[in-house]
Amino acid sequence: MKQARSKNVGITVFIILLLTPVYWLLNMSFKTNQEILGGLTMWPENFTLQNYVVIFTDPSWYNGYLNSMAYVTINVIITLLVALPAAYAFSRYKFLGDKHLFFWLLSNRMAPPAVFLLPFFQLYSSIGLFDTHIAVALAHCLFNVPLAVWILEGFMKGVPREYDEMAYIDGYSFPKFFVKVFLPMIRSGIGVTAFFAFMFSWVELLLARTLTSVDAQPIGAIMTRTIGASGIDWGVLAAAGVLTIIPGLLVIWFVRNHVAKGFALGRV
Amino acid sequence: MDKIPNNRAWWLVLPVFLLVAFSALIPLMTVVNYSVQDIFGPGQAYFVGTEWFKEVLTDERLQDSLLRQFLFSSAVLLIQIPLGIGVALMMPKSGIKGSLCLILVAIPLLIPWNVVGTIWQIFARGDIGLFGWGINQLGVDYNYTGSTVDAWLTVLLMDVWHWTPLVALLCYSGLRAIPEAFYQAAEIDRASKWAVFRYIQLPRLKSVLIIAVLLRFMDSFMIYTEPFVLTGGGPGSSTTFLSQTLTTMAIGQFDLGRAAAFSLIYFLIVLLISWLFFTAITHADKEQ
Amino acid sequence: MISWMNWTPSVAIFFAVIAGILAVMTVYEIVSPCTERKGFLPIETTRGDRLFIGLLSAAYIHLAFLAVSDVTLWVALAVSVVWALVLLRWG
Repeated sequence: MKQARSKNVGITVFIILLLTPVYWLLNMSFKTNQEILGGLTMWPENFTLQNYVVIFTDPSWYNGYLNSMAYVTINVIITLLVALPAAYAFSRYKFLGDKHLFFWLLSNRMAPPAVFLLPFFQLYSSIGLFDTHIAVALAHCLFNVPLAVWILEGFMKGVPREYDEMAYIDGYSFPKFFVKVFLPMIRSGIGVTAFFAFMFSWVELLLARTLTSVDAQPIGAIMTRTIGASGIDWGVLAAAGVLTIIPGLLVIWFVRNHVAKGFALGRV
Repeated sequence: MDKIPNNRAWWLVLPVFLLVAFSALIPLMTVVNYSVQDIFGPGQAYFVGTEWFKEVLTDERLQDSLLRQFLFSSAVLLIQIPLGIGVALMMPKSGIKGSLCLILVAIPLLIPWNVVGTIWQIFARGDIGLFGWGINQLGVDYNYTGSTVDAWLTVLLMDVWHWTPLVALLCYSGLRAIPEAFYQAAEIDRASKWAVFRYIQLPRLKSVLIIAVLLRFMDSFMIYTEPFVLTGGGPGSSTTFLSQTLTTMAIGQFDLGRAAAFSLIYFLIVLLISWLFFTAITHADKEQ
Repeated sequence: MISWMNWTPSVAIFFAVIAGILAVMTVYEIVSPCTERKGFLPIETTRGDRLFIGLLSAAYIHLAFLAVSDVTLWVALAVSVVWALVLLRWG
């Protein structure tokens, strides 16, 4: 009993420490700049929503969110569409060069985006996709697709092959079997994969910033630009930061039971 | 499970292959081209052979940032892996409390990397940040924009804050997969807590730990955004890691040839290390 | 559209040789599929694994030659080829 209590105390302390910086950001987003710079206060004394009003009424701010949402959504869709069949192939069949292909995919997840920065810029400029959502979405596929294949393959390995064989005996064609029988069985795996694709595309900034200038600029780039303008508007910066955390929180709630398994690439 | 040999499976992999080839092979070939030429502008380039490589390999600034990078990545692993295991052991195993813990612990992972930098930029400031202010109140002279040691510690602390949850979540899922019967058997044998950890929990965590080490090593090795926002690589170049050196070279100074040669060496290091890890993972899978 | 890639003959030859090796290995694999075996390397490897190890170490051999000496890289190339062949045969 005593042990359980000390565990509870330990985890509570850890979570409090973990949340303090986030609390500080939230706290600042409700303060006026005078109060922020005037001295340290543990909670907002002149509670204000002005910082959020700025973001929601200024198109150059809220378009950043819409841009980020747009390329993240496109990325998740592309990632799932190409990764599902590939993961099925890797989990079920042995084929020429499968191990090496798998490793090659994986090595792209490991490659630092900085290496690809310049060629990407030129590649997308030369095919006229610079500063579009699709360019960022495609660039993020470089690390999201390998990760998705890896996670999905782990989940698919857990489905016994007898199901596949049974479906063939029942006269299902492969596409019909795949969509009607197989995909529902790995529903949770797909959800988790979508979550990870969402997350890694949402948090990435280096590629997103390099491949855009005006029309598709992500929120992260707008935040850094605002810092340079006329001193730092700490309150608005904090409010913008708080707003970037919310989509992730909403999504994680739906896949909470599978997140850990997804992080372990289905290998638990 | 035995896999069926079937080369037609290539058709299922083809979309992935084409997509990744488009975004990986074309840039890679371009980088190789750049690395052997001196480029002044479109169509104005001349062949210099391996000169860039030679220069990069003997450039002290780059060697420093490589060394710094290895130091940082090792520090990250040494702190985060044990801490993550510890947190995972403390997390409630099930129920609403378990779910709640899981979500709260996962929060830092969901924050865009530049916002992570911003949060710590604010939090660690001596005038408006709780952390910096608190440390100063304790009588310690702390200033992450002025002192090398403070900057290093702040970047390290930020990374621990940001990524320890990943290790914790991985280990947590590994721990939950251990059947209750194992613990009951241990209780009957009156095994000590340490023995339970050492002989039941740790071996079962092996595969997730390999993944945790792999992901943490790779991601810390390519860290860019967070220190860039927090310290801008300073003071001096004390927190300038590999990716930032490379980005400055390629985008800032537009030094294409040198940046390309540097990219390739960077890539080779990553390739070697990820191959070692990948081999370890496939072997762990085989043993199971 | 391709001009920004700045192709030079030597790089083109390099990639052509790599593509050639891959093609030969693929045909070889179809003609006589190989199984994993254990040589002097500490792990069981297939022919493809040994080729990969050979290529990766060749890259490192070249870098090492560049870093510590001024001899022509043809020496490094010769060393790499010999090493790759040894790997493929006995690795």
